[in-house]
Amino acid sequence: MSIIKFEKVSYSYPGDELPSLCGIDLSIEKGQFVAVLGHNGSGKSTLAKHMNAILVPDEGRVLINGVDTADENRVLDIRRNVGMVFQNPDNQIVANVVEDDVAFAPENLGVAPEEIRRRVDAALKQVGMYELREHAPHLLSGGQKQRVAIAGVIAMEPEIIVLDEPTAMLDPMGREEVISTVTKLCREKGMTVVLITHHMDECVNADRLVVMSNGNIVADGAPAQVFSQVELMEGEGLDVPDTTRLLYELRKEGLELSLEALSPADCAEEIMKIIRG
Amino acid sequence: MSTIRVEGLRHVYSAKTPFEKIAIDNIDITIGNGELVAIIGHTGSGKSTFIQHLNALLQPSSGTVFVDDEDINADKLSRRDVKRKVGLVFQYPEYQLFEETVYKDIAFGPENMKLSADEVDQRVREAARFVGVDEELFESSPLELSGGQKRRVAIAGVIAMRPGVLILDEPTAGLDPAGCRQILDNICQYRKESGSTVIIVSHNMDDVARIAERVIVFNEGGIAMDGTPNEIFCQPEKLMDMGLNVPHSSLIALELKKRGFPVSCPCYTPQQLKNAILAEKEAGVC
Repeated sequence: MSIIKFEKVSYSYPGDELPSLCGIDLSIEKGQFVAVLGHNGSGKSTLAKHMNAILVPDEGRVLINGVDTADENRVLDIRRNVGMVFQNPDNQIVANVVEDDVAFAPENLGVAPEEIRRRVDAALKQVGMYELREHAPHLLSGGQKQRVAIAGVIAMEPEIIVLDEPTAMLDPMGREEVISTVTKLCREKGMTVVLITHHMDECVNADRLVVMSNGNIVADGAPAQVFSQVELMEGEGLDVPDTTRLLYELRKEGLELSLEALSPADCAEEIMKIIRG
Repeated sequence: MSTIRVEGLRHVYSAKTPFEKIAIDNIDITIGNGELVAIIGHTGSGKSTFIQHLNALLQPSSGTVFVDDEDINADKLSRRDVKRKVGLVFQYPEYQLFEETVYKDIAFGPENMKLSADEVDQRVREAARFVGVDEELFESSPLELSGGQKRRVAIAGVIAMRPGVLILDEPTAGLDPAGCRQILDNICQYRKESGSTVIIVSHNMDDVARIAERVIVFNEGGIAMDGTPNEIFCQPEKLMDMGLNVPHSSLIALELKKRGFPVSCPCYTPQQLKNAILAEKEAGVC
């Protein structure tokens, strides 16, 4: 059974003429790292908000572990199981000390004190913030704050973590910290990760890349395979990585190159095949 | 339209306290009339401290900043005047929108300069055109706009004061690729038509490589490199040592070099790298 399942989901914001989601079908398996890419207004955040019942569909249904998000009696179970991290780290931190902030959710869930201690320590270690557990959050860098927000979510021990443009306000170092943290959560802890972003470089490590446009899914597959559809991506107003761009341009010059190389090393290797003849 | 000259600039935060920190030191630089300059450097390198000195938001601990040969910190009056000459657009400027309508927000600066109503009107329309804000939006509340539109309105508010120098701190942060391209194109167009000096602070090396004519690299509170994009990006190893990202194409070129296929610089955009590879391949065959 898929851990997240969208069945013909449509949604319009009140007062909007056009729907933000138009009959979306999407199944995500447990332990997958899925990136969702799209320009502003493509519906990618609306999609994310359906995953923990912040929004419920106008038509169709969303199932989390088989539970319908429209079932009001199960909303708390769903929110406990699907942790969300948003764009602005400053809006997500509530306490004056890092470890208090991480303890906030388990405290509210009525977890026993010793268990809270264990979860908070484990969560802070997983995001690499254990050393700074007694610091004041407002003195941390953006990347550090965002990792505290992620730790706060992990401390609830959800199966799924959904991140809605978590790096949009961070500098390159902060972005790198956040992306490597969530990649690790997926690879080492088996968490299901859904990363909403418009930075294509953040998608290259994902197992799967879903591209959204005008409320529809327009591409879905392995990142290398999706990015190799250069014309499609350009048509959606999205960029492709420079590695793909280079291979694409060289191919137009008549060189027989595969477009499915994303890292600079793989791209160089592909070009060397031609050079070495 | 304005020239900036900085001599021996030093700034110390929280001086004479246990938290004393030298943010920038020994900065000597001239930025000429009408240049399009990008400033890069990782967080904490001193670049934001530096630009805040260029319109007297911060006063130097020592050293002097001249705009058009006038010491901008000479007295209170010069500190006020320089804020009209040097317009500074902060990061996430959309958080600073406050008026009831888009028009009023853009008009706020010129109105404070005590210009006639006609002159204000002309400047508001001109600034809106430069940043691609449609006049149909003039009566909307700025809060109803999308993120990209809000940012344009905020930039227009600064442009409407017709500064001789326009400084933008991370103007594309948080925008999607189409939004980034549009804002950068608008800024380039503005500079071309107005002849203003433009300084952009950015983390995005691909943007910098695409638009800048001169790149200044900050590292540990000083200027580490200063040159054309060619001169700067053809030394990717040096940039990486300072903890900076380099354009993706430079990384591919480094990987090719490792594999015994060095391509000649410039090769920091996909287009340049393509041409360099084709040229080397041609030469190899002959």
